[in-house]
Amino acid sequence: MSKPALTEAELHAYVDGAMPDARRAEVEAYLAAAPDEAARVHAYEVQNTTLRRLFDPLLDEAVPERLRLPLHERRRFSLAPYAAAAAWLALGTLIGWQLGSSEQMAAASKLDLARRAAIAHAVYVLEVRHPVEVGADQEAHLVNWLSKRLATPLQVPQLREFGYALVGGRLLPGDSGPVAQFMYQDDKGQRLTLYIRRNGDDAQETAFRFSNEGKVGVFYWLDGQRGYALSGEIDKAALLAVANAVYRQLNP
Amino acid sequence: MLSGFGAQLAEHIPRLRRYARALTGERSAADDLVQDALERACNKRHLWRRDSDLRAWLLSIMHNVFVNQLRGRRPPPVLSLAGEGEQAWAGFASESTSELATHSTPADRLTIRDLDAALARLPDEQREVLLLVALEQLSYEETAKTLGIPIGTVMSRLSRARERLRVLMAGGGSAPAATTLRVVR
Repeated sequence: MSKPALTEAELHAYVDGAMPDARRAEVEAYLAAAPDEAARVHAYEVQNTTLRRLFDPLLDEAVPERLRLPLHERRRFSLAPYAAAAAWLALGTLIGWQLGSSEQMAAASKLDLARRAAIAHAVYVLEVRHPVEVGADQEAHLVNWLSKRLATPLQVPQLREFGYALVGGRLLPGDSGPVAQFMYQDDKGQRLTLYIRRNGDDAQETAFRFSNEGKVGVFYWLDGQRGYALSGEIDKAALLAVANAVYRQLNP
Repeated sequence: MLSGFGAQLAEHIPRLRRYARALTGERSAADDLVQDALERACNKRHLWRRDSDLRAWLLSIMHNVFVNQLRGRRPPPVLSLAGEGEQAWAGFASESTSELATHSTPADRLTIRDLDAALARLPDEQREVLLLVALEQLSYEETAKTLGIPIGTVMSRLSRARERLRVLMAGGGSAPAATTLRVVR
């Protein structure tokens, strides 16, 4: 007879192959003389193999379209986007306060294009590990994805002539729907963001406007269906030069 | 095209579907569960540490989604058929057995059908533990971590699940009435 009798936990470890070989041999010897427990072990082992035979065919099935990544379509109503919007608003209020521009503090719900862009800029340029959701190495996917979500074709301007390379982009909640943000970075780590939202159907165009949001400078303009805001913590003239290039590339 | 995280996530989808199917017993509910878990994983991807086991992380997300869904969907405890915490799920077993395991012999299919029906009658928390250990082949430690419970609880649930299945598959025991009595929702 083996030394200690089999504990319940050991019996399961034996069934699951989670037992050291030395003890395993002892247990086998024990089970040979304990028909009731041997029957349980056998039944549990059959359960294990039968479970796998029952459900393993799922592994070979084609994954349904709706489970393919990335997951865009929301299957049913969800509070998540609204919760995100509420969190965004709260964050906006907080950062608006930190940016130190007093006249807009009171009206967090009326954040305009420049202000929202500056907030999004301030939030994400600080990110070291996760500045963007989709990186520049996936540029085609990034553009398709954001174009689809904004329901308007987007383009990513190239800013290499100014020393800025695309880092990538992300989707953000705006006050009336999804917003895209593209981020650029130069070799010193200076970052610019281009914030693009979809306007209402009353398409309009405006000239460049400049807004100073704390340390962040923003050039913004409306161009038909889309509103753009280019944000950066660089010299106003330099930012204007980049904004002009963005505009030219989007309106060749 | 998928980003690095998305590509890694995609590799796990077939296994997540297998587990979800075994857990919920029904195809569309299982895929709903997988979809919810994937969405949550995408939203929370910053919480995943690159060097940790993605599959274990996904399974724990799925567990949380499952528990939350049950909280919303669980029918009122009208009939307790065979013990505390147990519920009969109408239609649980019929669909999966007819579609799955098509390569088995008739005798096999009988065993498989028995197991599937019996599985449906385990309490959710016992079924989860059993499936993580026996189907997903997680270690007891990983199972405990995934479900956020002590390892002693894993062992006791595993023990109860296996013994109940054994009794049910032996064709009787404590819950013979459950085959005819069903909670109709």
